[in-house]
Amino acid sequence: MDPLIVARWQFGITTVYHFLFVPLTIGLALIVAIMETAWVRTKDPKYLRSTKFWGKLFLINFAIGVVTGIVQEFQFGMNWSSYSRYVGDIFGAPLAIEALLAFFLESTFIGLWIFGWNRLSPRMHLASAWLVVAGTSISSFWILTANGWMQNPVGYEINQATGRAEMTSFLEVITNRVTWIHFPHTLFSAVLTAAILVLAVSAWHILRNNDIEVFRPSAALGTVLVLVAGLGVAFTGHTQGQIMTEVQPMKMAAAEALWETEAPASFSLFAVGDVENGRNRINIAVPRALSVLATNSLDGEVRGINPIQAEYEETYGEGNYIPPVGTVYWSFRLMVGLGFAMIALGAVGTYLFWKKRLVEARWFHRLAIWTIALPILANTFGWIVTEIGRQPWAVFGLLRVEDAISPNVSAGEVITTLTGFTVIYGVLAAVNVYLMTKYARAGTTGETSAEDVGAAMAY
Amino acid sequence: MIEYDLNSLWFALIGVLWIGFFFLEGFDYGAGILLPFVGKDDLDRRVVVNTLGPVWDANEVWLLTAGGATFAAFPEWYATMFSGFYLPLFLILVALIVRGVAFEYRGKDKRPEWAAWWDRAIIFGSALPALLFGVAFANIVRGVKIDAAGEYVGNLFDLLNPYALLGGLTTLALFTVHGALFLSIKTDGDVARRAHDAAMRLIAPAAVLLFGFLFWTWRNAVNIDNDGVVPSFIPIATAILPFAAIWVIRERHHGWAFVLTGATIAFTTLTIFLNLYPRVMPSSIDPAFDLTIYNASSSSTTLTVMSWVALVFVPVVLAYQVYSYWVFRKRISRETLTTTGS
Repeated sequence: MDPLIVARWQFGITTVYHFLFVPLTIGLALIVAIMETAWVRTKDPKYLRSTKFWGKLFLINFAIGVVTGIVQEFQFGMNWSSYSRYVGDIFGAPLAIEALLAFFLESTFIGLWIFGWNRLSPRMHLASAWLVVAGTSISSFWILTANGWMQNPVGYEINQATGRAEMTSFLEVITNRVTWIHFPHTLFSAVLTAAILVLAVSAWHILRNNDIEVFRPSAALGTVLVLVAGLGVAFTGHTQGQIMTEVQPMKMAAAEALWETEAPASFSLFAVGDVENGRNRINIAVPRALSVLATNSLDGEVRGINPIQAEYEETYGEGNYIPPVGTVYWSFRLMVGLGFAMIALGAVGTYLFWKKRLVEARWFHRLAIWTIALPILANTFGWIVTEIGRQPWAVFGLLRVEDAISPNVSAGEVITTLTGFTVIYGVLAAVNVYLMTKYARAGTTGETSAEDVGAAMAY
Repeated sequence: MIEYDLNSLWFALIGVLWIGFFFLEGFDYGAGILLPFVGKDDLDRRVVVNTLGPVWDANEVWLLTAGGATFAAFPEWYATMFSGFYLPLFLILVALIVRGVAFEYRGKDKRPEWAAWWDRAIIFGSALPALLFGVAFANIVRGVKIDAAGEYVGNLFDLLNPYALLGGLTTLALFTVHGALFLSIKTDGDVARRAHDAAMRLIAPAAVLLFGFLFWTWRNAVNIDNDGVVPSFIPIATAILPFAAIWVIRERHHGWAFVLTGATIAFTTLTIFLNLYPRVMPSSIDPAFDLTIYNASSSSTTLTVMSWVALVFVPVVLAYQVYSYWVFRKRISRETLTTTGS
């Protein structure tokens, strides 16, 4: 078996898995910090119970996010050593900076937060919560800087002697416009992910009349954040699509299953492709909609897969530069569709909250419970579009995935690690779901002081 | 001889990161390994786990930062080492995964077999990396099969040579004693007493193992290649320190003994790095294929940027890590965990 295939599966599985937990962690950190701020300001014990309840769920996810992140940093060297040699001069820097600026911050202050309930002043304890929030956001910025460079390499030159990319401008690397649109899109989706969880869990308890004092404000915060963050995701996503149309037109053409250049271009709702012949068999489309989305004009030109392929063959030499169109097309549609469904949910919930009927509208809560997995799916589809849509490139225009692999690692070795990680990740997923369900259902407990929470948080 | 340039600075910084990692995660691993020996019931074991609770995650970040810094400053070193030590690194990753989750999840369910399973994860997840990091660094300083293209061309069994296994046993023993002393100063009652006993029992074997490892390292440096800097003072001090610790532990000066084992770990790491300099991964095939701080490094632009980042942020990080240890300076006892609000 070709180690390339196995290594790609490993990267896909470990990365998607890691990112099941990351957005939830980033978003829940924010929600816990908001709850604790309310507690410190009002001294109302319902906010303390709330902080502790969401804090527990946060920590259960944080643990897996941390340990699966180590695999991410190591596997570039393990499975993709040629990639590491080629890009290390540029790509290594944001990874090192992420560890220094973000990982230390998160890990130290999460320790102070969990164990410091009765050792820190309330203000210092609250500051720890916000520093964890800062740490998670800084972390996402630097890793997206690294990914942004793979999507849109800037601030580099190819060293002719070594054939490798070298940094010429750190400023250009960190001001990459792909990074700066990825970053808010990712943060908004993280908040959306956690907000849906908070809304769904609160809904479950509201239906059972458990601790309404805690779950009414939680549901309200959740639903408002679903709407706000959902809109944030949509607007940043729209801009992201336009930037992507410029820097990686092939990815967006594949996401639209747009084979030929069109002006005006129509937005496909449902297509059945004929990849071999480079066309769609069936295509139900909204006229002009894609022109509007991609170019902000009613008859803007959007380039198609076939002409881009021809152009890339001229630039990069013979080869297949078309990513798996079906995967990218459907992932894109599912991501966008799920996003709009969540925005609708947030809008309805916010309306009910505004009309002061949020707790009474039981049908809304019965519905909300079932949305818990939607953001997690949408996040996954989003990364599939971003990463599979860049194929065959590891670094767009510079390095192909097939040239990125470790030459000295055998298929047997990669199969061993793939099997190992998959088994362990599977077990951990089961344990995580068990604990999340257990603690989410258990509801709040009667803590009235920081000391009580401290005792409950200790290992 | 030492050159004062950015490449040497980054070699030194990565050395410092490994020293910090082994010093901090060393006692972390040691305490994890000793979990079943010093913790006879669940509450005892919770005492052990809670001494590590606030700090284990930040201790582990030293490793992530060392890895990231190696990637940024010496990508060729990162690529060769991580792809070459493939299966050992996989085992280390498995260990760190189950260990980290175990700390967080151990107390989240009251069934006894639940805690028992996570305890196994902590013991395995602490012992295995404590051993494998020694094996890895012994191989690095000894030289491994690196070809002209800078790729590791050996196999797993090449890495399991007697010298490297001695290195592994040495770090395993040293970290365990270091962890025992950490528990002696961070706990009280039976847990602290058993930790003291463990330190007493293990310090002499650890000292002998380290002496053997250093002696063999010195023989290698003299016989195999004379490239490395082998200053006499540091390795000799490294060999003497744990013997001094035997006496200090007997006198129950656990704080000082902890300083001594910490210094031993730091000096051992320093010995290895000084032996390597200016190489980062010597080739056992041909010295011409050695990876060095020059042929494995990033461009001077990257090294300059990274130097500024390190200059500004390393002091900040150190400050809040020290603050965190200060906040959690008190001993943890069974009573701490059973009475609310202390």
